Amino acid sequence: MAALYEGFTLCGLVQTQNASDSPIQGIELDGDSDHAVVTDSTRSVTLYKVSDQKPLGSWTVKQGQLLTCPAVFNFQTKEYVVVSDNKVIRVWKDEDLNLDKAFKATVTADVWRVHSAPGGEPVVLFQRGAVRFLDSLLSAPQQPVEDVLSEEEVIRWSTNIVAEEQHFVLFTTEQKGECCLYVQRLNPNTLQKYRLEREDSGASPLSFSASLQDKHLNLLYLYPNGCVYQSVVAARGYVGLEGVQALPRSLRLMVPVGEGELGAASAVALDEAHVAVVGVPHPSARTGKDFLCIWNTNFQTLQAGKEMAGRIHGQVWCYLGKLFVSHGKALSVIPYECQKSSLASALGKLRHTGLAGNAALPHGTSTGRISIKCNCSQRNVKLGVNCVQPQPHQTGPVDEVQREVEALVSRGDAQDLQLSVGQLACHLVARSQAETAFYTPVALAQLVQTQFLCHSVCPGLLLLSLEHKDYFLCQLCLQLFPDIPEVVTCACLKTFISNEVLQTPYSDNFLLPHLKDLDTQQVILFLQYLQFVYLKYSQDVYTQTPGLRSPTMTQIIDWVCLLLDAHFTVLVMAPDAKGLLSNLQSFVKSQVKLFSELGKIESSLQELHKMKLSKDISQYSIEVIELF
Amino acid sequence: MGEFKVHRVRFFDYMPTAIRAMAFNAHTERLALARMDGSVEIFNFTDHYFQEKVIPGKDSRSIESLCWVGGRLFSAGLNGEIAEYDLENLRPKYSLEAYGGPIWTIISNTQGTQLAIGCEDGTVKLFEVLEEHIQFERNLDRQKGRIISLSWHPSGTHIAAGMMDMIRVFDVPTGHAVQRLLVDRGFGGSKSRETVVWSVAFLSDHTVVSGDSAGKVQVWDGHTGTLVKTHLVTKWDVLALSVSKDESSVVAGTSEGTVIQFQFIAPTLHQQQDKEWVRTRTFKNHTHDVRALAEIETAIVSGGMDTHLVVRPLLEKFDENIEMAGFDPVLLLFFPQRNLVSCAKKAGLLLFQFPGQLELWRLGDSDEHGKPGDRLPLKRKPEKLLLLKRKGEDHICCSALSSCGGWLAYSTVSSVLYTLHTSSASPRTPPRCLLPPANHQSSLLLLPSLSASMCTPSSPSQVSGSSNMSPQLGCSSLENHRFLLQPIHLMTTSGDGKWLAAANSDCEIHVYNLQKLKLHCIVPVYGSCPSAMGIHPTTNNMTVVHADQQLFEYSIVEKQYTDWSRKLQKQGLHNVWLDRDTPVTHVTFNSKNPNQVVLHDMHMFCIIDQSLPLPDQKTQFYNQMTLRSLSEQERPSHLHAFKICKTFQDLLCVSLLDDQSLVVVERPLLAITSQLPAPVRQKKFAT
Repeated sequence: MAALYEGFTLCGLVQTQNASDSPIQGIELDGDSDHAVVTDSTRSVTLYKVSDQKPLGSWTVKQGQLLTCPAVFNFQTKEYVVVSDNKVIRVWKDEDLNLDKAFKATVTADVWRVHSAPGGEPVVLFQRGAVRFLDSLLSAPQQPVEDVLSEEEVIRWSTNIVAEEQHFVLFTTEQKGECCLYVQRLNPNTLQKYRLEREDSGASPLSFSASLQDKHLNLLYLYPNGCVYQSVVAARGYVGLEGVQALPRSLRLMVPVGEGELGAASAVALDEAHVAVVGVPHPSARTGKDFLCIWNTNFQTLQAGKEMAGRIHGQVWCYLGKLFVSHGKALSVIPYECQKSSLASALGKLRHTGLAGNAALPHGTSTGRISIKCNCSQRNVKLGVNCVQPQPHQTGPVDEVQREVEALVSRGDAQDLQLSVGQLACHLVARSQAETAFYTPVALAQLVQTQFLCHSVCPGLLLLSLEHKDYFLCQLCLQLFPDIPEVVTCACLKTFISNEVLQTPYSDNFLLPHLKDLDTQQVILFLQYLQFVYLKYSQDVYTQTPGLRSPTMTQIIDWVCLLLDAHFTVLVMAPDAKGLLSNLQSFVKSQVKLFSELGKIESSLQELHKMKLSKDISQYSIEVIELF
Repeated sequence: MGEFKVHRVRFFDYMPTAIRAMAFNAHTERLALARMDGSVEIFNFTDHYFQEKVIPGKDSRSIESLCWVGGRLFSAGLNGEIAEYDLENLRPKYSLEAYGGPIWTIISNTQGTQLAIGCEDGTVKLFEVLEEHIQFERNLDRQKGRIISLSWHPSGTHIAAGMMDMIRVFDVPTGHAVQRLLVDRGFGGSKSRETVVWSVAFLSDHTVVSGDSAGKVQVWDGHTGTLVKTHLVTKWDVLALSVSKDESSVVAGTSEGTVIQFQFIAPTLHQQQDKEWVRTRTFKNHTHDVRALAEIETAIVSGGMDTHLVVRPLLEKFDENIEMAGFDPVLLLFFPQRNLVSCAKKAGLLLFQFPGQLELWRLGDSDEHGKPGDRLPLKRKPEKLLLLKRKGEDHICCSALSSCGGWLAYSTVSSVLYTLHTSSASPRTPPRCLLPPANHQSSLLLLPSLSASMCTPSSPSQVSGSSNMSPQLGCSSLENHRFLLQPIHLMTTSGDGKWLAAANSDCEIHVYNLQKLKLHCIVPVYGSCPSAMGIHPTTNNMTVVHADQQLFEYSIVEKQYTDWSRKLQKQGLHNVWLDRDTPVTHVTFNSKNPNQVVLHDMHMFCIIDQSLPLPDQKTQFYNQMTLRSLSEQERPSHLHAFKICKTFQDLLCVSLLDDQSLVVVERPLLAITSQLPAPVRQKKFAT
C-alpha cells in the first residue's frame, strides 16, 4: 500500500511570460537530507530547509545573464555548481554571498546539464552529447569538446546514476520523431545507443525517469496516451556492442487519461512497484488532469491520489520520501509512503492458494501486463464513442440497463471489456448514488463477475452494496477485489462477519487504526466467531474441502492478534469478554508449550544434520586443485 | 602454475596422547612436558615455542610429575621410580626405585640441592642431588594416607603436602609435621567421598594455596594453619595450580577445561595495603581436564587430556594494539614438529609411524582427468601393504622409507632395525636385519634415495652410515672434528647420495661428503633452530627453514648462500609469512622444475617458485583467490614467488611425487577430538 500525506508549500513560483515554460529548472539535493537546492527558470538559485519551509540562502546572476542548467551540489568538495549562458560554469561555496565573485570558467561548447550524485564526481553533459568529469573540465576549460550527436538530434532529458563503483550518464534524444537512449558508462568510458520503440501515434514520451534496480538500469517513460513503459538495460555487459540497439519495452501501467491526451504530465518510479504520476485525471473524479496519483504497477491499482490546485507543469521530483510538485503558483512538497509490498507476502495474505487458479486477478498479474501490450489509441477511440452515444445506463430503467450489461458481458472481447466494464460500473454506481430508487444488483454482480473490476476502478461499488444491504454483492466484491482499502474492510466487518472478510488482503499498519473503530460488542462477537472458526478447522485440518473458500489458520491467527492489539485494554475491562480471553490465553499457553518442546528437539535434529555432513568427507580421495 | 592431482589422505589415525605433567625452567626458558605414554618433550620458549627435543615413551614408564634442577630434568611416576633424563642423547640416563610405592609428585628446593617425592605409602622422601646421580637422604614423618602433592617453601625450611582430606606442613630440618590443615569435603552426595588435594603451592609469606577434588581453591595461613579464603570454582576437580614468579598470581586448572586466574590485589582502590586473593579471569581453551599448568612471565601454559598445548599470552603485558587488531593471541600446539610420515616419491608409498607400529600404504590411483575442484573416481583404492609391530617396550622414535620404496627402517631408543621388501608382489617380507644395539641409539633415521645406504645419528658426536644392504653390512661412521653438545634433530641427503646435512638444537648445520666420509662445511649459524631442510636433487642447494620462519638457501658446492637467498634476506620475508604460528616441518622439491620448492606447516602448503618476483610488504600475500578472479592477461603482473594453498588443513605431510601429483596427509583435529573420552561436563544447547 502507499499513501500520500498532507503536503505543504515550499515556495511560491513566479509566473513566466511564456505560459508553457516551467518556472523551475530543477531541484537538487544538498549534503543535508533536509535541504533542497531550487533553481528557477531565470537567474536565481535558492537553498531551502524543507521541513521549515524556509530559504537558507539565495544566489542570483546579473541582469542579462541566464541560468541554463539547474544548480547541483558537489558532494565531494561541498560546493555548488551552476551554468549560466550555456558556457560559463560557476562554482561557489555555501558562505559565498555573491555569485559574480565566485569561481568562473568558460568552456568551448554549450553545456546541457551538470549532474552530481552522492558518491560520484560531478559530470558535465554537453548539448552535443559529450561527457566530461567536472574536475578535469575545470582544469582545462578550453579543451576541445567533440560532437556525439548528429546535427538535428537534441537532448530531451538526462540523468546520472552512481552505484558502487559504477557511474552512468543517461540521456534521451529526439530526432525527427525518433527517440534514442544513450547510456554513457564512465571509468571505463563506453557509450551505448538504444532506439526506443516508436509509439503508433508518433508521439514522443512526455517524461522519463531512471533508476538502478538489481544491477539493471530501469527507464520509465510516459506517453501522452497514458501508457507507462519500462525498458531495462543491464548495468554490466554489452560493453563491446557496436551500433544502435533496439530497446525492448514492456507496458508497466495504463493510466486512464479521460478525455483527450495528456499534456503536461510526468511519471516517476518510487520503488519497484510504485509509480507517481502527476498531471493525470483521477479515475473516479473525472474532472480534470490535475491530480498526483500513486499507482501500484504490479496490481495496476490506484493507491493514493491528491488534487493539485492550479496548472500542473508536468514536473515532479522525488527525494527521500518526498515528492516535489510545481503547480499553479506554488512548489509543493508532499511526503509519501510506499509500503514494500512484495508479491509473495501479499499473496500470503491474499488468497487460499488452492483458489488462486480459478480466481484470476483483474488485469494485475504479470501475464496480463504483457497481453495488454496493444494498440491503446484505438481503444481510446472506442471508448470515446461509448461516451458520446446516448446509452440506456444513463437514463433508462433497470431492465434496459440489465440488457445493456448482458450484451456487453456476452461480447467476450476481453481486451476491450476491461475499460468499458470499469466505465459502466462507475456510471451505474454514480447513478445509484444520485437516484435512491435506482439500484441494479444483478447487473452489478454480473459486472463484478467479469473479474475486470477492482476497488480502485470503481471505489463506490462496495459501499453502495453495503448501503443496500446487498450481502451477495458484498461477498462477491470481497472475494474478487484484490485492493480493498482497510477502512472499507472494517466497514464490512461492522455490518456482517464472513469468511470472505478475513481473506481480503490488508497490511497491519493501515488496518489497525480502522479496527479501533469497532465497538466492544462487535469485537467480542468477532473474536468468538474467530475462535469458533479456529476450533472448527484445527479439529479437521486435513478434511478441509478444497472447493470451499475458507481462511487459512494463519489468517485466523493474524486477525485474532490484530483484534487483540487494537482492543486489548477495553477487552480486559469488559466483564463479558472474560471467558473468551481466558480461553484464548489457555490456548496461547498450550501453543507456547508446544513450540518450546519443538525448540528442544531442534538442536538434536541439527546435530543429526551435522553428522550427516561430516560423513561425507572420505578417508581418501584424489582431487584436482589449481594454483596460479 | 597449473593444475595438480592431489592425493588427499585421511587414513593416518595418528592419536597424540594426553599431557600429564609440565615443568618450566625459567632459567633456560625450556618447558618440559610429559605425556601419558611416558614420552617427554622439550619446548624452547625463546625460539618460537619450538619443540626441540623429544624423548620417546616406553610401555612401563609412567610420569606423574616433572622437575628441573638447574639444567637437569627429573621425573617420577606411578611405577615407583625416579628417572633422570639424558638431554643430549634423548633417553633416560638412569632410574632408581624409591621404595615408597607409586610416586605422585616430585619437587626440588630452590637451591637445587634436594629433591622431595610424595609416595603412596604416606612418606615424603628427600634425595640429595649429586653431580652425576641422586642419593636417598631421609624420610619425613610418615603419614597415614598417600601424599598427592608437594610444595617447598622458597626458604627451603618447610614443605606443604597435599593428602586425602588434609594438608600437612612439614619442618624439613626436623622432619616433623607442624601443621594440619583439614580440607572440607564436597556438598551433597560427594560428602562421603574423600577430598583429594590435587595440588598445593607454598608462597614466601607462608600462605598455602590448595586445589582439591571438591572444586575448591583455598587460601590458608601456613603459620597458624587457618583457612583464609575459599573459592568454589567448579563442581568437579581442581587438578593443577601454578604460581607466577613474583607470587602475585595463581592459576588453577579444572576438570571442566577451564583455567582460572587468581590475583593478589587490593579489592578497593583506597586500601592498597589490604591485599587479598581475588578470582580475576577465566580462560577456556580446553575441552577436557587441565592436568598440567605453568604460569610463566608472559603467558599461561596449559595442557591436559585433550592432548594439545595451549600458550595463552597475558595480554596486559603486551601492546594493546595486539588486542585491538582482533588478533587471537592464543597459541595452540597440536602436532609434533617432526615427521611422522615418510613418502616414497618414486613408488607412491606412505609410511606412517605410530609409537607401537609402522604402517606402509600404497596410494590409490585414478585414470580420469577433471577440472579444478573435482573429485576423481578411483580406479584403485589405497592399500595397506605392511603392518610392522615393534619389539620390546621402547616406543618407535623415528622411521624412514627410501624413495624407491624398497627400503624401510625404524629405530627405538635402544635399537635400529631395517627391513627390505622388494616389490609389491611380496610386500610382507619379514624384517631382515637388526643392527647391533650397542652401537646405535638413534633418534633420527634417513634413507637416501639412490644408494641403499642408511644414515643414523647416534651419539651426539657421530653420524653413522651403513650401506650395501646385503646380509653383510658395511657400517661407517662420520667422526666430527668438533664435539657437538646437542643432539641432531634433522637430517637430509642429496638426491645423488653424495651429501648429508645434519642439524642440531644448537642451530648448527653440518654438511658431510658421504663419498669421502668427511665433513664438507658448516653452514653459518642462525639464531633460530632449523625446523625443516632439504637438498635440491639437481642443484645441490640446501633450503633451510627455521623455527622463526626465516628461509635460507645455501649452495653446498659453493659453500655460500645463493643469490636468491641473499635477495630474499635483503628484501625480507612478508609479514604474513613471518606471523604464522606453526613451523615448516617438511621441505621437498619438484624434480621436473628446479625452480620449485614445496614447504608445509600445519595449516598450509606453499610452493615457492624462485623464478617469480618476491613479494614486498605491500603485496597481497595470500593471493590465490585474487589470481583466480583475474583474467589470463592480468594475472602475470600479480604473481609472486609464494603460492600458498590453505584448502587442506591439519597437515602432517605434504610431498610432491615424481609423477607431479601432490600427497597431502591430513589428520583433522575433529577426528582426534572424537576419539577422546567424554569430558566431565558438556554444556549442551537448550538443555
